[in-house]
Amino acid sequence: MKTLKKFILGEGFNKASASIFAVVIGLIFGFIILMVSNRTEAVEGFRIILNGGFSTGAKGTGQVLYFATPLILTGLSVGFAFKTGLFNIGAPGQFIMGAFAAIYIGVKWTFLPAPFHWIVALVAAAIVGGLWALIPGILKAYMNVHEVISTIMMNYIGMYLANFLTKSYVFDSTKALSQNVANSAVLPKGGLDYVFFNQLGSLKDLSTVNSGIYIAIVIAIIMYLIINKTTFGYELKACGFNQNASKYAGINAKRNVVLSMVIAGMLSGLGGGLLFLSGASGRHIKVVDELAMEGFNGIPVALLGLSNPIGIIFAAIFISYITVGGNFLQTLNFAPEVIDIIIACIIYFSAFALYFRRLIPWLIKRGRGDKE
Amino acid sequence: MGTSAEYIIEMLNITKEFPGIIANDDITLQLRRGEIHALLGENGAGKSTLMSVLFGMYQPEKGVIKKEGKEVKINNPNDANNLGIGMVHQHFKLVHNFTVLQNIILGVETTKNGFLKMDEARAKVMSLSDQYGLMVDPDALIEDITVGMQQRVEILKMLYRNNEILIFDEPTAVLTPQEIEELMKIMRDLTGEGKSILFITHKLNEIKEAANRCTVLRKGKYVGTIDVHSTTKEEMSEMMVGRKIHFTIEKKSSTPGAADFEVRDLVVPSKRSSKKAVNKVSFTVRKGEIVCIAGIDGNGQSELIYAITGMGPIESGSVFLNGKDITKMSVRNRNVLGMSHIPEDRHKDGLILDYSLAENLILKKYFTPEFQNNGFIKFDKAHAYAERLITEFDIRSAEGSKTIARSLSGGNQQKAIVAREIDYDPEIVIAVQPTRGLDVGAIEYIHKQLVEQRDAGKAVLMVSLELDEVMNVSDRILVIFEGEIVADLKPEETTIQELGLYMAGSKRNEVAL
Repeated sequence: MKTLKKFILGEGFNKASASIFAVVIGLIFGFIILMVSNRTEAVEGFRIILNGGFSTGAKGTGQVLYFATPLILTGLSVGFAFKTGLFNIGAPGQFIMGAFAAIYIGVKWTFLPAPFHWIVALVAAAIVGGLWALIPGILKAYMNVHEVISTIMMNYIGMYLANFLTKSYVFDSTKALSQNVANSAVLPKGGLDYVFFNQLGSLKDLSTVNSGIYIAIVIAIIMYLIINKTTFGYELKACGFNQNASKYAGINAKRNVVLSMVIAGMLSGLGGGLLFLSGASGRHIKVVDELAMEGFNGIPVALLGLSNPIGIIFAAIFISYITVGGNFLQTLNFAPEVIDIIIACIIYFSAFALYFRRLIPWLIKRGRGDKE
Repeated sequence: MGTSAEYIIEMLNITKEFPGIIANDDITLQLRRGEIHALLGENGAGKSTLMSVLFGMYQPEKGVIKKEGKEVKINNPNDANNLGIGMVHQHFKLVHNFTVLQNIILGVETTKNGFLKMDEARAKVMSLSDQYGLMVDPDALIEDITVGMQQRVEILKMLYRNNEILIFDEPTAVLTPQEIEELMKIMRDLTGEGKSILFITHKLNEIKEAANRCTVLRKGKYVGTIDVHSTTKEEMSEMMVGRKIHFTIEKKSSTPGAADFEVRDLVVPSKRSSKKAVNKVSFTVRKGEIVCIAGIDGNGQSELIYAITGMGPIESGSVFLNGKDITKMSVRNRNVLGMSHIPEDRHKDGLILDYSLAENLILKKYFTPEFQNNGFIKFDKAHAYAERLITEFDIRSAEGSKTIARSLSGGNQQKAIVAREIDYDPEIVIAVQPTRGLDVGAIEYIHKQLVEQRDAGKAVLMVSLELDEVMNVSDRILVIFEGEIVADLKPEETTIQELGLYMAGSKRNEVAL
């Protein structure tokens, strides 16, 4: 009994259980909304959400991973900035600017041979995303302009600029979407086409998922190492925890704020590149006045993953899974807006993981009648 | 122990446990009507927990609280207030841009139809102020009056609420010797009018001067209650610490060498006013000498140290270390050159509280080849290093080098900082209030470390508000008043009273340095 209690109060279990608990609460809340909006089909609807991507077989599972890829990157972007004490709410802008850069190079720079073409496009996506975060970083470090304000403004500038540039240079007016990128710029399948497909007679119905998910996971592991094992991560976290003590220790806090924002922006931009370099069946820029959801969803992903890069991988897959599942709700009699509300509620309740992390030990302790 | 109405408040056999620790173990405290009762104990002895129990913030597992012989239940601070218990906290709870009067009535305003009735309140405050000789100006803003006056406002707050049991938590930490004397007189007047005072402190001089009886706690246990007049300071400190304590540090007289550190005509702008925070300050610290900057809090000490260490702005003037001009050097370069800094505020500047002890102990070394390889931190080396310092400097922690700094006690946090700053073999040690809030044992330890550094030929610059510390530790005393050095004295040639006059600005020497 004692060892059990020690285990429950222990750090690792506490972190994971808080996230799982948060997810459960989010799902319960989603179910309540289903009940309110359409009582007769609520149970069936909830089953569909829980089935998520699985309801359409291996292809659906592949789609979950495809949509999880940018979320891992934007989640890392937000989570990494959190570690430095910055709230990067600018992931949508960095994401869409990165996406445009990748698409532009993917469409126009056809002189590049296959592996280099998509690599250059991804690098460009990261660089442009990083530049998009450089401005708020400099404003924060040298003029003390709060990064939340400046990144929000950069989001709108980024959205309209990406729309304008897409329309001007890489627009396919028949489909009202950005053009397909050249085949040499599409990320390779990396063997995933042997796993994630549905058999339709003699045809393979392939999932859009590609080696982008590998890249995302590798980047997450690299970020984990940077944050936890390097002097750079040590300095960044020090700045995040205590600016004054960092200054006292001789750490250049201003430089670290700028660097941290740029890296966060590069991650979001790369996320844009990974999502959009995916051939005809993949995503295209729609040229609508809407901030990229993949960017904003980086915030709940980071919160649910407690800013831990490894946690962020799982959080991104979960949120992608719920989103894909939610879209299948349209087979029932639910208004599309209600579906969005339900998904948003599940996601944002899940993001309360941080709160539950404190709540669980408190509940256990209160059971024993003492306080901290 | 007799429980008659002789006692106004009694806490009998209080036991309060927290996970893994018994904060109060069978503690009894009996306060007589009209006495000043000191509560003495080191940090972590359980004084604050006991007071939190009295204020209803914690419920004890065992034990009862009685008022005038009748058992009472205190479930929250409001209950305590209704029983007439009031407290002056160490850090005052005042609204700075409110007037004295507004602060006093805050929370207990008398109103008519929703409008404040200030006249009645004013009359009551003035009559209380006269009765106890507090002499406060009800219309002055808190930010304009001295710390001593602010404390009187806190006292008036308790009196205005008709509290009979007054608790003073370390009330003298922020006062000048003269103000301390006045406070002692006010406390005696209060008991003369029938109030009862509980006086939390670890300064034995003050207990000796003001208190009637004293209850001593050690490591959560009740050691005893003694009559102050028939007990010596040495006996009391032995009860508190559990061993003999040396009040005066044994140190040889200093043999200062060449000038090691020099400040020339330093001017630092003030954040709040057009007056300079530090105005044309010049001094030198030589190798093998402890120079102490004495002064009342807020006379430019913090700004001076921030400027010297590179953390704050400098308007003009220069700073030299070993003959090298370091005025414009970055904090990192100063550190590498051999400037160590034990900062004034260990939570704000000295530690990253969410980092482990090991991560904190390498805070100024993590980038050196000893702990870093191609940008990766050698955490195994860091932990080994931390374990060595933990043993060497007797830093007590629950999980050794993995302990999160936040969970250490204040004394051990300070020891960790001292360990870090001394271990990298500095040229000059700058120690700002290195013993603030520490208990006698830890103070003795840190003083010994500073003297050892001096004897090893280092220059030591200390800033202190504690005059005992100033007199005991330093080889030379500089008194700072309103940003200027007003005296350069030797401790054996001056007295605490004289220092007090310099600190209050009522006496000054033209200092030629």
